[in-house]
Amino acid sequence: MLTVNRYKCCYCGACVGVCPTCSLELVETFIEVSADCKECGICTKICPVGALEVKA
Amino acid sequence: MSMKCDVVVVGAGPGGSMAAKAAAQAGLRVTLLEKRQEIGDPVRCAEGVGKRALSQIVKPEPEWIAAEVKGARIYAPDGTSIVMSEDKGGAEVGYVLERKVFDRGLAMEAARAGAKVMVKTRAIGLLKKDGAPCGVSAMRIGEPLEIEAPIVIGADGVESKVGRWAGIDTTLKLKDIETCAQFLVTDTRVDDQYCEFFLGNGIAPGGYVWSFPKGEKLANVGLGILGSRSKPGEATRLLKEFMKSHFPNGKVLEMVVGADPCSGPIESTTADGVMLVGDAARQTDPLTGGGILTAMQSGIIAGEVAAKAVSSGDVSKEGLKEYEDRWRADIGKSLARSYEFKEFFVKLTDEDLNQLIGSLNKEDIAKMDLRGMLRVLFRLNPRLLWELRHLVV
Repeated sequence: MLTVNRYKCCYCGACVGVCPTCSLELVETFIEVSADCKECGICTKICPVGALEVKA
Repeated sequence: MSMKCDVVVVGAGPGGSMAAKAAAQAGLRVTLLEKRQEIGDPVRCAEGVGKRALSQIVKPEPEWIAAEVKGARIYAPDGTSIVMSEDKGGAEVGYVLERKVFDRGLAMEAARAGAKVMVKTRAIGLLKKDGAPCGVSAMRIGEPLEIEAPIVIGADGVESKVGRWAGIDTTLKLKDIETCAQFLVTDTRVDDQYCEFFLGNGIAPGGYVWSFPKGEKLANVGLGILGSRSKPGEATRLLKEFMKSHFPNGKVLEMVVGADPCSGPIESTTADGVMLVGDAARQTDPLTGGGILTAMQSGIIAGEVAAKAVSSGDVSKEGLKEYEDRWRADIGKSLARSYEFKEFFVKLTDEDLNQLIGSLNKEDIAKMDLRGMLRVLFRLNPRLLWELRHLVV
């Protein structure tokens, strides 16, 4: 499952722009992950602070 | 709760505010939504903008500007540098803005022109009637709100959803996005006179490092790297590395992160009842990452076209074609060229970069524009730049 470390996240929205299933949303100061997430991990690569992780 | 107006603009950045202002000036009832509680904050920008180009769009207020620079200095990986004067340095050199003040100033202009501004109000979907968009559903301070309007302008940035809701695929491939980190740094080493650019695959793979001065030894020091060459947290890690080597005593006063689209113009920026503007429309310069001016220009066009479409009653994709045609005529060609340059630039090795910048060392380029410089580069390095020959005219 995709986890967002909200203590690291700087809520920039980079991950939202690359999500192929439109599963992420930047809500002011946090990232919401919807049930459509396919855990592809693309968003984890783009994150400038490394706040996203796909965990088994 | 529900309300009605003629056009809803989603996002109060420079593109959205200019769209709202233009539409309000043309007599429309405009609602400008900003999901954040403060317009312009947090900043996601290096804040550089061309002096003359900005002044052609809007009268710059003194409080918007943190510093003026004389030009740009570009460093090759081996440390060799070249200097370009401010008026030739392209759209990102001249002023360094205070975006928190600038963005709020533009939103104020929209408000003064008659637009209704709503902060902490986030669009969560499009309202549809017979399959066609007719406004947005939103969350306003945690309460649902429906805003009916024949036209929605999506100026909702790199994380844009409006386009995707309307069936326009704006998803960015990793090779078409730059992921960025920036510190606001105070250090005696800051050059207050020049915007500096540092190239190299080691320091910023597929991108560059910048130092944009904000006055009195303060600067935005940041970098962008190509998404396809990034890994988790890489942008921040590389920025810390750069700080160690270039500003070892620098004090960090602010941290900024974000991403820039660098996909070049996308196929369509309109749908029935919908227009996209700025980063949402991927109208960002793919080579430099600059997107303030293109967003503002397109925003104005979108606002004007919205007024025409509302009065004619045709808000279909066909009825909004004028927006598509006009922004592409203004900036489409230069964005497409820039995309080709970017695709070429990201393949260059450090040796290539050293050779290109080194070759300009004995040339008098201070007064040249980008195109003139390219011509000289091509003359001096025909083999390396052969792929770009069709762009050198």
